Amino acid sequence: MALSGIQIYKMLPQTNCKECGFPTCLAFAMKLAAKQVELSACPYVTEESKKQLAESAAPPVRLITLKAGTEVKAGNEVVMFRHEKTFYNKPGLFLRLKASDADLAKKAAAADAYKVNYVGMDFTLDGFAIEADGDLSAAVKTVRGVSKRPLILISNDPAALDKALSQLAGETALIYAADPSKYETLADTAAKHKAVLTVRGDSLEALADLTPKIQAKGVEDMVLDLGGKTLGEWLTLSTQARRLALKSNFKPLGYPVIFFAGQNGPEKEPVYAAQAISKYAGFVVLDTFTPELAYALLVLRENIYTDPQKPIQVQPGIYEINAPKPESPVLVTTNFSITYFSVANEVEGSGLPAWLVVTDAEGMSVLTAWAAGKFDAERIAKAVKEFNLAEKVSKKRIVLPGHVAVLSGELEEELSGWEIRVGPREAVDLPAFMKQALN
Amino acid sequence: MPIDIPKDKWPGSIKKITLGATAAEGGTRAKSITLGGQTTLPYLHFEAPTPNSPAIAIEIKSRKPEDWSPLLAEVWGEAMNDPAKWAKKAEEAGADLIVLALMLADSPDDAVKAVKSVLSASGLPLIVWGPGQAEKDNELLVPVAEAAKGEKLVLGICEDKNYRTIVATAMANGHLIEARTPMDVNLAKQLNILITDMGLPADRILMDPTTGALGYGIEYGYSVMERLRLAALQGDSMTQLPMIVTPGFEAWKAKESKVGEGVPESWGDWKARAVHWETLTAVALVESGADVIVLRHPESVKRVKSAIEELVMA
Ligand code: B12
Ligand code: SF4
Repeated sequence: MALSGIQIYKMLPQTNCKECGFPTCLAFAMKLAAKQVELSACPYVTEESKKQLAESAAPPVRLITLKAGTEVKAGNEVVMFRHEKTFYNKPGLFLRLKASDADLAKKAAAADAYKVNYVGMDFTLDGFAIEADGDLSAAVKTVRGVSKRPLILISNDPAALDKALSQLAGETALIYAADPSKYETLADTAAKHKAVLTVRGDSLEALADLTPKIQAKGVEDMVLDLGGKTLGEWLTLSTQARRLALKSNFKPLGYPVIFFAGQNGPEKEPVYAAQAISKYAGFVVLDTFTPELAYALLVLRENIYTDPQKPIQVQPGIYEINAPKPESPVLVTTNFSITYFSVANEVEGSGLPAWLVVTDAEGMSVLTAWAAGKFDAERIAKAVKEFNLAEKVSKKRIVLPGHVAVLSGELEEELSGWEIRVGPREAVDLPAFMKQALN
Repeated sequence: MPIDIPKDKWPGSIKKITLGATAAEGGTRAKSITLGGQTTLPYLHFEAPTPNSPAIAIEIKSRKPEDWSPLLAEVWGEAMNDPAKWAKKAEEAGADLIVLALMLADSPDDAVKAVKSVLSASGLPLIVWGPGQAEKDNELLVPVAEAAKGEKLVLGICEDKNYRTIVATAMANGHLIEARTPMDVNLAKQLNILITDMGLPADRILMDPTTGALGYGIEYGYSVMERLRLAALQGDSMTQLPMIVTPGFEAWKAKESKVGEGVPESWGDWKARAVHWETLTAVALVESGADVIVLRHPESVKRVKSAIEELVMA
């Protein structure tokens, strides 16, 4: 937990020598608490204070980065609820593969290539967890043949891990997992290869006992497997771990957590993964890869981790879809990303050309913006004029979203000389409307 | 090392409300359902047990809806032409209660008939929604409320511009109401105040905070529900009501569920995707505090039910 200015002041020399550029040690301490200056500006801080201050400045949940050709981060979270600020590092989605699987290369290649677009953003899976039920090194080599994404190695055999990790020079992999009965050799292996080590225990107490011991062996980067056999148990454990880290600044549990969503079978897997995404997992391991499940989970993750202060928006302006000509229709919508892409994707998919006017509705959906007075006749007319639409089109005809049919009268007054048409309510029905009603 | 787990102690709690009335309670339902009573955030058993499990409702309509996904038409089949049969099938699919949505084409007589036939076909507690246009809602819900006097129906959907008539008839006939506001803590409070000011006791309000589907605004609904629950636990009495959410309606509106053709290949198998869409929308809302979850597909019902069981289990 961050220290207050007064707490920091007590650790300073209290001589008011001014060398830091502030009139008093207290003034400097206040600035430090607000993170507006660096501690190094004071030449007289003792080593002991430096250490304490560094510890208090460390994030309550340690930032862990797994690296290969791509990167995935977990940790550094500061709140229990997204509305309190935001959640920062989206949990990495990993697919578990078995070393013994004859189709290993094929499965890894298919999941690696998976890419899906959601409101203009491309999403992929983050990496693979390879289970050492066969030759781990050979499996790592096979997967590396088709994917450059970060790896989790599931094995507690130090020799096998050592060999496999030697092939991953320059990467940061995650080892799964050390437990109280056997952690020393695994800690050594992790230290040697600069790998992150998962720690597993039967209880939070067991975990909290173990992490300092592993830290003492030179491994700073850890991930926790909290156990938990049902949704309810896991919710409890992950809530407790996050609270201890955030509210009690309890360092032994201040690490991201990993969750295996397939542990109770494929039927429950989607729901298990969904809870883990909303409730504090740093890494989620799936046993099943299907495009439809990956898509749903990636969207859920994006939604939960969207900054509540900033709706995802697109730039207002005129978007040309399928190379519109002067006689092509003009469609109006708002600049909320989800709204824009719902419309743009439909029109694009239909192959029909259109001018899409995206108004500045402060990132709100059609009805929300309408209700908030950010999408009205005046604003639409202003956009039409500002973007010089009249010069681009020969047919002065505008199509409104069906949900705001009420605007058509006013808009006619605002835009004299333009024909105002009311389109369908849902974008899915736009192509049919464009074919039938707009000739 | 023993760990001191930070626990929240809240001054407030959620009100208990009961839906449906058995013969002993003056109705004809086979059983009634009690919701609410929570004294902490959802399913944190280390602080307090979950006194009442959330309930799953299946949404049926008074007539066959033309705009529902073919995937839904496929599972419900012929039953969609007859609300009584549909209700029975919904009960078999695991519903704890039924939502019967009346349609614009219904006359008051049609509406009463549909409600009565559902009440006699199924012993589950019943929620009745008007078609969603203020005048028509009033025209249909008043005779329905009178015809089903004492059944402890939930009548909906009350909004700020349209609550007086529905609340009045709920008061006169012993029913509850569903109060919907657009994703805003203060608006929810305000509507509950207006409704209780009319004289309807708070324990006859089911609060509907509005929700969006996965990919279409779910994060707003999710956070508003978390904030409503926190406000309630902190002691704000006008937010201390159980919440109803409609992930079925929202998710089946999304293109991901509705449409099988002409979508990106990366969206995968249509049917599996549609069920994921509804299930994940629902589960996220269960985690954020939903007490009644209104669904449409039997497979989603099964999955959400199993999730709830695991969460409620101590
Ligand atoms: C998420 C949401 C919010 C979010 C904002 C999200 C955002 N960035 O816009 C929040 C919580 C902030 C919010 C706030 C409010 N909201 Co709001 N909100 C919603 C909700 C749940 C979903 C909206 C959404 O994202 N839809 C998805 C997008 C893609 O839909 P869309 O933009 O309409 O686009 C579709 C169509 O219109 C069409 N389309 C779009 N463009 C075009 C163009 C053409 C040419 C055509 C043909 C079609 C077309 O295609 C799209 C897909 O089919 C809806 C209820 C619901 N479930 O729909 C209420 C809703 C829109 N909100 C409403 C209200 C009243 C408000 C508030 C005024 C209330 C308040 N809290 O004070 C505020 C206003 C904002 C403010 N004052 O700051 C009401 C509007 C009522 C009405 N009919 O007038 C709604 C309908 C809820 C309700 N039932 O009461 N809201
Ligand atoms: S340099 Fe250090 S000792 Fe000197 S005034 Fe600043 S904080 Fe105090």
